[in-house]
Amino acid sequence: MVLRSSLKSCLQLACTLRTPKAGFRSTASGGLIIQSVSNDVYQNLAVEDWIHDHMNLENRQVLFLWRNSPAVVIGRHQNPWQECNLRLMRQKNIKLARRRSGGGTVYHDLGNINLTFFTNRKKYERMENLKLVVKALKALRPQLDVHVTDRYDILLDRQYKISGTAAKLGRTVAYHHCTLLCNTDKHVLSSVLKSPYKGLKSNATPSVPASVKNLLEEDHGLTCEMLLDAIAEEYAAQHQIDHHITLVNPADETVLPGINNKTEELQTWEWVYGKTPKFSVSTCFNMVCQDSILDVKVDMDVKHGRIEACNIDLPEQWLPPALCNELVKSLTGSKFCPNETTTLTTTLLKLCPQDDELHSRWNLLCKNMVTLM
Amino acid sequence: VCIHRVRSCSSIRFIKSKYVCVFDKSALKFSHQQRLFRTSAVSCGQIVQFKLSDIGEGITEVTVKEWYIKEGDSVSQFDSICEVQSDKASVTITSRYDGIIRKLHYNLDEIAYVGKPLVDIEIDASKGVAPEEDVVETPPMSHEEHTHQEIKGHKTLATPAVRRLAMENNIKLSEVVGTGKDNRILKEDILNYLAKQTGAILPPSPKPEIIPPLPKSETVPAAPKDKARKVPVPVSRPIVFSGKDKTEPITGFHKAMVKTMSAALKIPHFGYCDEIDLTQLVQLREELKPLAQIRGVKLSFMPFFIKAASLGLLQYPILNASLDESCQNVTYKASHNIGVAMDTEQGLIVPNVKNVQVCSVFEIASELNRLQSLGSAGQLGTNDLTGGTFTLSNIGTIGGTYAKPVILPPEVAIGALGKIQVLPRFNGKGEVFKAQIMNVSWSADHRIIDGATMARFSNLWKSYLENPASMLLDLK
Repeated sequence: MVLRSSLKSCLQLACTLRTPKAGFRSTASGGLIIQSVSNDVYQNLAVEDWIHDHMNLENRQVLFLWRNSPAVVIGRHQNPWQECNLRLMRQKNIKLARRRSGGGTVYHDLGNINLTFFTNRKKYERMENLKLVVKALKALRPQLDVHVTDRYDILLDRQYKISGTAAKLGRTVAYHHCTLLCNTDKHVLSSVLKSPYKGLKSNATPSVPASVKNLLEEDHGLTCEMLLDAIAEEYAAQHQIDHHITLVNPADETVLPGINNKTEELQTWEWVYGKTPKFSVSTCFNMVCQDSILDVKVDMDVKHGRIEACNIDLPEQWLPPALCNELVKSLTGSKFCPNETTTLTTTLLKLCPQDDELHSRWNLLCKNMVTLM
Repeated sequence: VCIHRVRSCSSIRFIKSKYVCVFDKSALKFSHQQRLFRTSAVSCGQIVQFKLSDIGEGITEVTVKEWYIKEGDSVSQFDSICEVQSDKASVTITSRYDGIIRKLHYNLDEIAYVGKPLVDIEIDASKGVAPEEDVVETPPMSHEEHTHQEIKGHKTLATPAVRRLAMENNIKLSEVVGTGKDNRILKEDILNYLAKQTGAILPPSPKPEIIPPLPKSETVPAAPKDKARKVPVPVSRPIVFSGKDKTEPITGFHKAMVKTMSAALKIPHFGYCDEIDLTQLVQLREELKPLAQIRGVKLSFMPFFIKAASLGLLQYPILNASLDESCQNVTYKASHNIGVAMDTEQGLIVPNVKNVQVCSVFEIASELNRLQSLGSAGQLGTNDLTGGTFTLSNIGTIGGTYAKPVILPPEVAIGALGKIQVLPRFNGKGEVFKAQIMNVSWSADHRIIDGATMARFSNLWKSYLENPASMLLDLK
């Protein structure tokens, strides 16, 4: 049985944080298990940042347990256009977050649990952490066929991926986090992690797709809570500490001073989209206009999420050249983002002659341009 | 974990004196060799090759993913230099030295090798080469004892420059409170510590300082003045402001606004303002709000303003027109697509409600709800943002009374609505009563609209709103 402490011990911890070098005081030296009360992906990622930046982990290790409401999380050096269906995510209100660790793209919802193992840099050891998770799973359900691969994935029945891993190493602190699929909506997962964008060329880290399965499918009696408890218990045993999970509120500045700034930063466009490594888009689309099909070729270079260079090949004289030039000039330097593109193109439209034919052609072109983003 | 030790003699390359060491590029333009500005602190530095240290788990190579610095930048110890990636792990490499970056050994996406040089840093020769090991992780070497001071089991972090400053002033680092990252002691912390010792008032620093109050004199009037009492003398120093101007290109929403407003300049604007008594409308809305709520729609005042405007436009269609480029023709638009200015995180957008002339107040409210939620999510489409013929801007929700709105081409008129204030007014019997007053400021294109037309339109709009029942007569 694992005891869960609540606000009281949070306040206890708050008292020990008077010194500038804040540190949670564990009941015994060696380890600390904390769980987030929030399901907001940005708040939870901010907690990871906070621990990485502010905690003294020379003699202590921390396990952080968290779950998020539907979100897609891409790795530090990835390209969201390459990895997921941004259009679908906007429609379904699924958030996009970029984490600070490397690795590939994952889909989170409340049926997926996240585990972060914090250690000091020298004690960074991913295999050990994953073996701990497997041991916990087997202690809970001995008949489960789960094992760790050399790519740091956990496979179920030798073929289904139930956990992916990523890590972040700083100057003195390192963390290794992984997911664990308990009861995630696989249908949404596969539709959202399939990118519709064509013609992208980039050096961003690509994700490796894998077949996934939920632990719940294997054993209907399992719940996320049971898995969390089992892992916490195994961690507590291995670190010789109490079975004690401390709840943490990622919005509480008194316990985590400076955390709200970190949460804000993780939500800025500059971080989520702007940190995409340079890439180019080279694609074409067909437009149906008055019983004829037109070919349009588009080439764009995108750096820091902004269009650095843009070229649109249209059929001759289909639109006045001056207007095309205006479009290219406006797009250059602006964000590779449907909202911004729509604003610019509608503004340009209002400023050109009031010709219905022209307007409908322009709208058609711009609608297609926006689908690239 | 292997520690790579560098043999001092092999890695130091002394810069020949003919190259100017000062970071003043203009000095290089002089063709003759000259000893230029040399302050006491700067001398020809030595270049140290900063090698990529061990990542752990037996990893030997990584990919460079992002540089945080470029050649010529100055770095402090512990500043981030670059981000490298290896097999799902993202690693932040931080500087071991204070100095200037002289060379980056890898481009983006190249493979970097552990143990091989990552960057060349030029450090101050007089400080000597710091040990390769990370300050925190390894035990101090004997001649470096002064660089590490242990306090309660925590090592103090401070750059060599800061340590020298502390040493020169006989300050124990353990007594100074560090305010930098990881509680690192910064130069300001030493200066603050010094100030508290001597009582001098330092020039204002970016962080708010608490200056100890001057001792109060509690002498009895008859007692002689205590000449020996020490009062800190304020030293006047020039106020140092280290903020810098920041220039960035105009893009996106701002670019759109520049284009729109520059075009609007061509329109000769005239303004017309008035005040509207909304007492009856306020009451009506209170009654109708819950009914709309039941139908799932939030009812504000805007749907009424919009519908009343459309009724007015039926009588004065010139206000819903468009003038062509050459000012030869006026097009009277059949649809009343009334735009509503919206303030979003990114800036100003103006979606419009289509065909208000055939919409009920409820339908307008429902459409407004849709546009507002799309607008705040940044998902408005081309269709919602084009085709507008007339615009209303409810700046009053933020504040203000009268305004001078700018017409959005290709339209010819716009109205700005101020906030609703409770003000005393006289009624027909000469009695003072509480009135809900709102101000409206119209702007119109004087090339095709004259003052009389605008005034009459405004009066009609005003009469519909001041007496909402009258709208029933003309509603289609």
